[in-house]
Amino acid sequence: MNTRALPYLLLLPATLFLLVFFVYPFVQVAVQAFVGPAGFTTDNVQTMVKNFRFWPSVRNTVLLAAIVVPLQLVMALVMASIVANLKSARNTILYIFTIPLGLSDLAAGIIWLAIFEQSGFLNSMLVSLGVVDKPILFLSYQNSWVIFVAVLLAELWRATAIVMVILVAGMGLIPKEYYEAAEVFGAGPWKRFLKVTLPMLKPSLQTALILRTIAAFEVFSVVQALGGTTLPVLVGQTYDWQFNQQQTGVAAAMALVILAISIACTVFFLRVLRTPKGATL
Amino acid sequence: MAEIQIKGIAKSFGAFKALHSIDLTIADQEFMVLLGASGCGKTTLLRIIAGLETPTQGEVWIGGRRVDRLPPRERGIAMVFQNYAVFPHLTVLENIAFGLRMKKLPQPEIDRRVTRTAELMHIEQLLARYSGQLSGGQRQRVAVARALAMEPDVILMDEPLSNLDALLRLEMRAELKGVLAGSKTTTIYVTHDQVEAMSLADRISVMNAGRIVQAASPVEIYRNPAARFVGSFIGNPPMNFLPATRTPDGRWSVAGITLGGPAAASGKLEFAIRPEDLTVAAGGFDAVARVVEPLGAHTLVTTEIDGALFRAVLDSDVRINPGDRLSLVPKPDRIRWFDPETSLAA
Repeated sequence: MNTRALPYLLLLPATLFLLVFFVYPFVQVAVQAFVGPAGFTTDNVQTMVKNFRFWPSVRNTVLLAAIVVPLQLVMALVMASIVANLKSARNTILYIFTIPLGLSDLAAGIIWLAIFEQSGFLNSMLVSLGVVDKPILFLSYQNSWVIFVAVLLAELWRATAIVMVILVAGMGLIPKEYYEAAEVFGAGPWKRFLKVTLPMLKPSLQTALILRTIAAFEVFSVVQALGGTTLPVLVGQTYDWQFNQQQTGVAAAMALVILAISIACTVFFLRVLRTPKGATL
Repeated sequence: MAEIQIKGIAKSFGAFKALHSIDLTIADQEFMVLLGASGCGKTTLLRIIAGLETPTQGEVWIGGRRVDRLPPRERGIAMVFQNYAVFPHLTVLENIAFGLRMKKLPQPEIDRRVTRTAELMHIEQLLARYSGQLSGGQRQRVAVARALAMEPDVILMDEPLSNLDALLRLEMRAELKGVLAGSKTTTIYVTHDQVEAMSLADRISVMNAGRIVQAASPVEIYRNPAARFVGSFIGNPPMNFLPATRTPDGRWSVAGITLGGPAAASGKLEFAIRPEDLTVAAGGFDAVARVVEPLGAHTLVTTEIDGALFRAVLDSDVRINPGDRLSLVPKPDRIRWFDPETSLAA
């Protein structure tokens, strides 16, 4: 066997897989978005942008991601620190924290719907406690910010654990000696977190942030369950164009917008959380 | 001024007793080496002094202050770790400055100390590098510089040279000795390497199974082991031992020859002699040479006396072949005796 060709040969299956299932569909989507019956066209993009729900959907999605991801990051860091420092019952706590990960996002949305509905848990509780006389309609188009908050809560509840799991794994990789050195050289618990844990967790933070941010821009089922189209988001709009409006070209254009945002975020995190050469473990 | 007093320190890990009530005083500016095989408790003792491990019992005093309840950062210590623990995400400069920044020293003072210790350890050209770009020896230098920059009362070193190759270890050993002597700090140095211990220490504490067997100067440890363990642990090759029984006239019979010895209560003792304290002459032990290893300056001859292994380091111009019978005479003033009951020097 020619040893020079071997690496490429070994890469071939994965490359083929990527070409067939990623690059080809991507090109297809791009073609659908920009090619009309008369060749190249920006009609689809124009239709997309002119739609009255487009900018709200961009705003809602970006706002959701901008609030959810940082909150999840902070919560996950706290949770991971707790888990990493546990001496006993570590696995039990870890399992409890990760229960929401076992549910599909639609199921998670429905759980939170059951809480916020007019006949839901929250209303029953408020009524039985005598806080309100009759059930309140939380999830209405009149106060879409409540839907926004409900989606926010559901997302925090559902997807914080995945960030935590990545961070717990990352924290496990940091040798104990660095903490001891920091301790001896004067760092208290908070300084050790800032000066040892955070910087040495950078690769894990990078992975977690990229995964979580991309997922946050693809939020759909939870929003669908809690607000339908009252709270338009990007993927919801894509679905709407494809299946309700039957406009595949516009849906493809929407998909490209989501793709662009995802790529931009990935590049951003790769750059911002870059580790200098030689500064790895 | 930082005298270290260890009073009745004991440490158990579950049912395992790692340290049995250790008492030790280390004088200000003394270089104390804790020497022992792995698992003897030497690192545990060091970590208790550092505050990285809590003792089950006992007290640690540094410079007249009880510190065993204080976190490491309030003990006035600096430490060099076995795997260096040079932070990979910081440059050499920031590694050395780490403790100084934690102390919130003014920037000019930080610069001064970083420059001084970097020069002392010959790493001034590496200040901008990350530890991933350094060799093991260079990382070791950074770890030492980081400790020295703290200008601590006490420097603790946990097998700092064990990860270096033999040649580098030799070089660093000499350099460490010079640098630490100049720094006027009290040093506690953990190692399992007796040559390292002998060459560096003002005093060595030989540890075994969670106890300090003997704490004395290197020469004293070598010449007058307080226990059989010390004699068998220190020295390469180690001491030779032979059983001795008392003769009716109060002398001691050892492998066919009679020697003058201590007046012991029991009728049995153990005779001990270092391999280099033997000469080939008439009237000695009747030994059969088994292995002959010429080492240049000396020849190491492994013999058998009454079925027991017995080593002699002889001058290399002595011609001996395996199977030869020879008579080995011990130098009278170098003979040591141990009580087989207690294993202590008689």
